[in-house]
Amino acid sequence: MSDSAAGASAKPSALLEAVELTKRFGALVANDHVSLAIRAGETHALLGENGAGKSTLVKMMCGLLQPDSGELLYDDAPIMFPDPATSRAKGVGVVFQHFALFDALTVVENVALGLAGHEPLSALAERIRDCTVRYGLAVEPYRRVGELSVGERQRVEIVRCLLGDPRVLILDEPTSVLTPDESENLFRTVDLLTDEGRAVLFISHKLDEVRRLCHRATVLRGGKFIAEVDPKVETSSSLARLMVGAEVPRTPREVTHELGTPRLLIKDLNLVGDGSRGSALHDINLEIRAGEIVGIAGVAGNGQTALFEALSGERPASDPESIVIDTVPAGGLGPTQRRALKAGFVPEERLGHAAAPDMRLSDNVLLTTHGDGEIVRAGVVRHSVLNARFAEIVKRFDVRFGGKDPKARRLSGGNLQKFVIGREVLREPVLLVVDQPTWGVDAAAAGFIRTTLRQKAAEGCAILVISQDLDELLEFTDRIAVMCEGHLTAPVPVGETSREAIGLAMGGSQGGDAGTGGAHGH
Amino acid sequence: MLDAAILGAVLASIVAAATILLLASLGELVAERAGTLNLGVEGMMIVGAAVGYATAYGSGSLILGTIAAVLAGAALSLVFAGLAIWLAANQVASGLATTILGLGIAGLIGSPFVGTRLDAAPALYIPGLSDLPLIGRVVFGQDAFVYLSLILLGVVAYGLARTRTGLVLRAVGESHVAAHALGHPVRKIRTLAVMFGGACAGLAGAQLSLSYTPFWASDMTAGRGWIALALVVFSAWKPMWLLAGAYLFGAVSILQLHVQGFGLGIPSQLLSALPYLATVGALVVISALKRGQGAPASLGVPFVPDR
Repeated sequence: MSDSAAGASAKPSALLEAVELTKRFGALVANDHVSLAIRAGETHALLGENGAGKSTLVKMMCGLLQPDSGELLYDDAPIMFPDPATSRAKGVGVVFQHFALFDALTVVENVALGLAGHEPLSALAERIRDCTVRYGLAVEPYRRVGELSVGERQRVEIVRCLLGDPRVLILDEPTSVLTPDESENLFRTVDLLTDEGRAVLFISHKLDEVRRLCHRATVLRGGKFIAEVDPKVETSSSLARLMVGAEVPRTPREVTHELGTPRLLIKDLNLVGDGSRGSALHDINLEIRAGEIVGIAGVAGNGQTALFEALSGERPASDPESIVIDTVPAGGLGPTQRRALKAGFVPEERLGHAAAPDMRLSDNVLLTTHGDGEIVRAGVVRHSVLNARFAEIVKRFDVRFGGKDPKARRLSGGNLQKFVIGREVLREPVLLVVDQPTWGVDAAAAGFIRTTLRQKAAEGCAILVISQDLDELLEFTDRIAVMCEGHLTAPVPVGETSREAIGLAMGGSQGGDAGTGGAHGH
Repeated sequence: MLDAAILGAVLASIVAAATILLLASLGELVAERAGTLNLGVEGMMIVGAAVGYATAYGSGSLILGTIAAVLAGAALSLVFAGLAIWLAANQVASGLATTILGLGIAGLIGSPFVGTRLDAAPALYIPGLSDLPLIGRVVFGQDAFVYLSLILLGVVAYGLARTRTGLVLRAVGESHVAAHALGHPVRKIRTLAVMFGGACAGLAGAQLSLSYTPFWASDMTAGRGWIALALVVFSAWKPMWLLAGAYLFGAVSILQLHVQGFGLGIPSQLLSALPYLATVGALVVISALKRGQGAPASLGVPFVPDR
């Protein structure tokens, strides 16, 4: 059972093996002699922080990138994948983190594009239905992909791979976009696949799920191979140590400080849905006082985005009194006016919403600070002040990037998130609304972001965190409310609730058993 | 006021005028559905017109002239494809350069032919049907270009919606990143789509100089390439709407001529501007109604594959 760490001797033969792969991008060595062997009937985890080289390795293993040196073995024979079509034809399927889907096309058209043959779409739709039943991946073949939820889109990707009958399935951070319930569903599918003798490469930085699901784990750090271990005998903290190279601090929870005055008061907030994009909100009530963090849990697409937009001023409320920031009725104010009340907002989407992808980071600082009266005076940008603020964000929030002042899109997700959080925190807000603070961010950066938010709360800031990561909310918020179909439950102190109770509320009136992993589909 | 014969002639010339626009915009629609915005339509069209006229004049064969025009349009489109697809240059700039280059080349090729005349492409005569009153000439008495354009329209509409080739082409236009990840050769597909667009523009040019106005004059396309581009937007990138758009604009451009003939006291310049005004008006209305719906998501975005 535990022949893991040392055992180079008695390996069962590998299905797909990477041997000493090296890939350089200019001066950066993204993969430095990395080896990895995936075996039939096993789920193999690839663990590592953002920037550890996981994606580069996967891209080389499916032909999207060519290694500078090293080789791939398939059934113990050397093989070249000049492009993804070749690797797919040989039986290596990949589900990427950013889905390779076409929004304007239907599910069945999307699937057809990933397959080689000229099968009629109606026959293909039948095969999709069979596959969805067999592996518990509910998707409707004739719906347009643009209308699907993130979880459904992922299922489309998986179905597309499975219809090619792959021997190796590579899942790139599959659970980072899923609710606990959807993740459980995915794990069951993965177990079915390995039972059929397929090999699964499961890329993740969520340690608990790796320990539950995977038979082996390869850990990368800084582009280098660190260890191959048996995740079942490791602990989460020993895995985290391998990944980070140091202990990951737990977020300190101090509830000792006194709560102050209400900073945010939401009173009977209603919002009419506007078709496909913006969902409706019904009678939202919430009070957040200085010094506390309130979390909002819920399955994606239940109105969290609408709530964020209502709070940030992107969708003004009809009744100005329905949102009160620091005693000022703010329901009718726009984002800049609300920021002038010392509120800060961090939206879910980093590129395109929180930051302008093709603008330099220093210019991105201006996006939310232009109205504060410090960096912009009388309509003129004071570059020395701007650069000082930019340097402070980079230093205090450990934002790492190449070059002096790159475009926002050049940053990794974790670093950009640290930058965006830093930009808002250094504005010294009295109210912070953060949507998905650590989505797709590695463990070290996520821990840092949570610790920072706790510190801000201790200094008297009121913080609202919207997240689909229940563990995160339980770890560092004070009270949790649940959003379901545009309704918000009354917040409950974290000590008085449980995963089960929250999961139940997330399922709404139907009363599912979300969070405990029971078997029910959507 | 109008007798049936005149009305029939007016309708027939509307069909001919519309066909030029239909051919050119059909090709551009295919290129745009693949994600490339080729503003070189005007240039490819006039090169097609010049090369087609020169070849037909020299060889005495309208068929050879037409083939030469198609090839010339496709060849010029390769200039655009090389810049915009393979070198990932800005598509708007590359397209404008293609138009300017095309106008120059066409002027050069056409200069020996200024003042010459050709016999126009013959109308296909179908005994009986073509003699029907009013619609006989309009429906059954057109030249081969008209029927070819309608066949092409059917092929493109069916191909885009129903064939795998069409699906791959649409996919490349929606998301080149996703298509690339699935192993579809994005740049090759776009190049072929742009070449099809160039061939269609060349064919439209051939119809202009071999059938519609069978002589050579520099700048004889007179902005039809730009109208074709606008038509693609007007159609919301759907082939069948192109038909409606092309015939609407064809009708406006012919009817204003006849209105000028009546001498209504409206300045002729204003009437000549009508098709263009109609273009602007239609675009404003369409974009207000649809807010960019139907546009391929990757339209105009250069694609640079991973190393």
